[in-house]
Amino acid sequence: MEALMAVVIGIFFAVSVYLMLSKHIIRILLGVTILGNAVNLLIFTAGRIVHAVPPIIGEGNDVPNRITANPLPQALILTAIVISFSFFAFLLVLAFRAYQELGTDDTDEMRIAEPENEPVPPLGY
Amino acid sequence: MNVGAADMTLLAMALPFVAAGLAPYLVRLMGHRAAWVLALAPLSIFIHFIPYAGLVANGRHVTAGFDWVPSLDTRFEWFVDGLSLTFAFLVTGIGTLIVLYSGGYMKGHPQQGRFLSFILLFMGSMLGLVLSDDFLMLFVFWELTSVTSFLLIGFDHEREASRRAALQALVVTGAGGLGLLAGLLLIWNVTGVHSLSGLLQSNEVLRQSPYFLVALILVLCGAFTKSAQFPLHFWLPNAMEAPTPVSAYLHSATMVKAGVFLLMRLNPVFADTPAWHTILPIFGGMTLVFGALLSVRQSDLKQMLAYTTMSSLGLMVMMTGFGGEHAVAGAVLYLVAHALFKGALFMVAGIVDHEAGTREVTKLGGLLRAMPVTFAAALAAAVSMGGLPPAVGFLAKEEIYSSLWHLDPWSLTFLACAVIGNALMMAVGFVVALKPFLGKRPHALGDVHEAPFIMWVGPATLGALGIVAAIAAPFTHEIVSSPMVSAVLGRASEIDITLVPHIGPPLALSGLTIVVGIVTYLAIAPFRRAVGGVLRAIGWGPDRGFDQFVRGLVRFSHAVTDRLQPGSLEVYMTVTFVAIAAALLVPMVVFGELPSMPTWPTDVTFYELTVMAIGIIGLVAVLIAHDRLTAIVSLGVQGFAVALLFMLFGAPDLSFTQFMIEALSVVILALVMTRLRLAPSDHRPTGEKLSDAAIAIACGAGFMLYLMRVTEGSFDATLSDFFARYSKTIAHGHNIVNVIIVDFRGTDTLGEISVVMVTGLAILALIRIRATRTDVELGDNDPREQHDPREEGSHGKRTYAGVEAE
Amino acid sequence: MMRTLIFRTVAPYLTSLMLVFSVFVLLRGHNAPGGGFIGGLIAASAFAIYGIACGVSPVRRALRLHPTTIAGIGLLLGSVAGLISLFDGVPFMTGLWIYPHFFGVEVPLATVMLFDFGVYLVVTGTITAIALVLEEREGE
Repeated sequence: MEALMAVVIGIFFAVSVYLMLSKHIIRILLGVTILGNAVNLLIFTAGRIVHAVPPIIGEGNDVPNRITANPLPQALILTAIVISFSFFAFLLVLAFRAYQELGTDDTDEMRIAEPENEPVPPLGY
Repeated sequence: MNVGAADMTLLAMALPFVAAGLAPYLVRLMGHRAAWVLALAPLSIFIHFIPYAGLVANGRHVTAGFDWVPSLDTRFEWFVDGLSLTFAFLVTGIGTLIVLYSGGYMKGHPQQGRFLSFILLFMGSMLGLVLSDDFLMLFVFWELTSVTSFLLIGFDHEREASRRAALQALVVTGAGGLGLLAGLLLIWNVTGVHSLSGLLQSNEVLRQSPYFLVALILVLCGAFTKSAQFPLHFWLPNAMEAPTPVSAYLHSATMVKAGVFLLMRLNPVFADTPAWHTILPIFGGMTLVFGALLSVRQSDLKQMLAYTTMSSLGLMVMMTGFGGEHAVAGAVLYLVAHALFKGALFMVAGIVDHEAGTREVTKLGGLLRAMPVTFAAALAAAVSMGGLPPAVGFLAKEEIYSSLWHLDPWSLTFLACAVIGNALMMAVGFVVALKPFLGKRPHALGDVHEAPFIMWVGPATLGALGIVAAIAAPFTHEIVSSPMVSAVLGRASEIDITLVPHIGPPLALSGLTIVVGIVTYLAIAPFRRAVGGVLRAIGWGPDRGFDQFVRGLVRFSHAVTDRLQPGSLEVYMTVTFVAIAAALLVPMVVFGELPSMPTWPTDVTFYELTVMAIGIIGLVAVLIAHDRLTAIVSLGVQGFAVALLFMLFGAPDLSFTQFMIEALSVVILALVMTRLRLAPSDHRPTGEKLSDAAIAIACGAGFMLYLMRVTEGSFDATLSDFFARYSKTIAHGHNIVNVIIVDFRGTDTLGEISVVMVTGLAILALIRIRATRTDVELGDNDPREQHDPREEGSHGKRTYAGVEAE
Repeated sequence: MMRTLIFRTVAPYLTSLMLVFSVFVLLRGHNAPGGGFIGGLIAASAFAIYGIACGVSPVRRALRLHPTTIAGIGLLLGSVAGLISLFDGVPFMTGLWIYPHFFGVEVPLATVMLFDFGVYLVVTGTITAIALVLEEREGE
């Protein structure tokens, strides 16, 4: 089961990397979103997979009375999902603002921080 | 020594730094007269050390201190013996006079407070350096003198020449200091001793170590750069850019002697080894002759003195390394004599410059009548510098000649060096001392007056001391020279030379020196032209080499930055992912950790397969989508598939969260992307597509194999079991995931919600910048609004304007 | 664009329903699937839907507080929940429980619940703020 999930996760990673290698900032953004999903699934699968038994202790018990899904990766992923969403929103707005200011979504044309043909710094004292 | 005395010494070492802190305020309060108050600091330190002279004369030495960094075995410990005490007297005694002199020289300068502060900082550093016992303490003070020297040379930082000279001095002496640090650490490692006093007592370990030569060379790096030995001398003449009190104090009397001090300090450790007795005399001798020749070429008073300083330092190094009781005695006497006469001559040069407005020796003359006291001081110093009786320089020179007088080629070579150097230095010394005062007075000079007392007291005292010390030679030897020579030799020794001449080879050599010196003095102008011509023919020296080195460094780092940061996000991403793929795949392949071929799982259900297939279809659709809306919807599809997977595998919490997030993502993506006019799809060239796809597939395969390998192994469920067991009993919750989030790992969650909130604020800020900018753009056309401070966020606007201007 | 009559009519009811549901999810979270994160997301979606249907200004008016203020209050509550345990002499963020009786019914209350409520408010506030600010730009 985990091996099958590993194949699926591999495809998630491959697609997200391919998208992030694009010049276009929106494609990169899509790649980042998928990367988040891929990583979450990776953590989830690394904690082993169990079918359909949520990690909830039944009423009247002090400990789960049967094997449940691993709660630890779930707790990690739950917050990760929310955080990656807020970062996704931030990146989206950043990309949008960059587009408005520079009129392009091509990262090769966004050169304010690292201008092309920057002059050699002063050689004197 | 009892505890009280140790505390007093610590106080004395701290006093210059305290005075440095007060200097600017005092100057603001009292003007240049603050120098009188500030001079009390070095004076009181000088007085503090006087009682030590008696102890040291009896052949004793004093160490005391306290733990500084116990975990590194480092102590703040001082070591007072004949050598360090003499240096302490020079530093504080000349320091007192220099502070006074600075009061007059810099009178009315707007930055006089800063200047005095730097001078006192340097004094504290130098005092700490000569008194240090611990290696690391020595290094710290060593570098502090380099730093304060940098500050003082660059004092007039608005001139490029000053900045260059300051930087040059810092680079050369600072780099040498690092060499010294390496050498000291090596010695520490080899011997296990980390104090000078300890090293002096047990030097056999180091001598027999295979690292002996390395340690010696590293230490020499520090000493030779600091003491301006050829070919690392070039920073010293350039350091004359500093105000004259600095040249007198740092670059003749004290700091440049730190290198010689170090050599003398370590003489008992390194002496009687072939390396020591070869390297030191050769470099010292070269420096002596080159310095003397170069000094003749100069016509600027300070430049002439600077090159003779270099020459004198060479002489001291040469004599220290030559070995033998008389050679060391010569070096010691010369060191003291040099500190006195060179300090005095620099101050005289400064006075002449200050009063007459020029230091160019060809434009000076006839000042005797106007400045008799200054002339007297200059004359006394020049007599000492020329090695003439009745000055202490004469004693030094006699001692040097008698120690070098052996009839073998090695000794005779250095004897020749010494005679040539001394003769030229004598000539230059008298040029500096006589030419400005004798002869006809050029009309351009105008009206010149004697310097005020605060300025001439320094050179006069030092000049007089040079004579008095020689006349009272037995007394001088008893309290200064003999203890110092004993410290340098590492065994008790007496000096007995006096002004009474002994007929013999040294006296004859002195006569020869005087004759050559007088000839040079008389023919100084043609001599100057000749040396200048030779130097022009060579054309290239270490000074220009330094410039080329700095330029090359800047160009090189620029080229490296250009290569590493080409400014293309695509390149950064490609490099990153290639590295990730390699990091995942290479170790697995190299160490044979690839997972075994998995079999088709038996427990997989139709639903699960379907959801996985939907997710993959969504991914592919994102890849090939031709318009934005398709891409967004497809992104949603893969997200919902992930949510369903969570649901199927027993994670309802994740599933709900993922559903909500995907819904919101699709909505805000739609909101934003419909407002962009984007090219419909990716147009990467086919070649790039293929290489990107290869990288992507390598990454994907890497993660896949890695995860397979991980899940093949056994699973350590300790932590998960802990949460399952205690979630109800301790934390009273049935939903283990929620209990982990809000209770067991609550602090993490607090951090995470803070992150969420910060991103929210950042997004609002990004949007607001936009709004502000539109406002100000309108304002740009209206000059009245341009500098309205009430306008919110005008700062942000200026940034944009600046960016756009580029 | 999406302001059809039906949507505009239904939106307020849908929003109220979702808000009630979000609180329900928040409160049951300790014992059944749910909790502050999920509840907060549901609430934020509710406001986002309202904003899309009826415009942003009515949402802002209905909220009274700026969404980031809500988030700030949430963060404050979360920190306070952690700090309370310090006064009890136990480490930061230790869960403390009390069991008061209201009308004969035992009601368990805990700093943990306060913390979860803080999470709920932070998520609601922040994501509502993001959604509203992006919807607002729609109108320009």
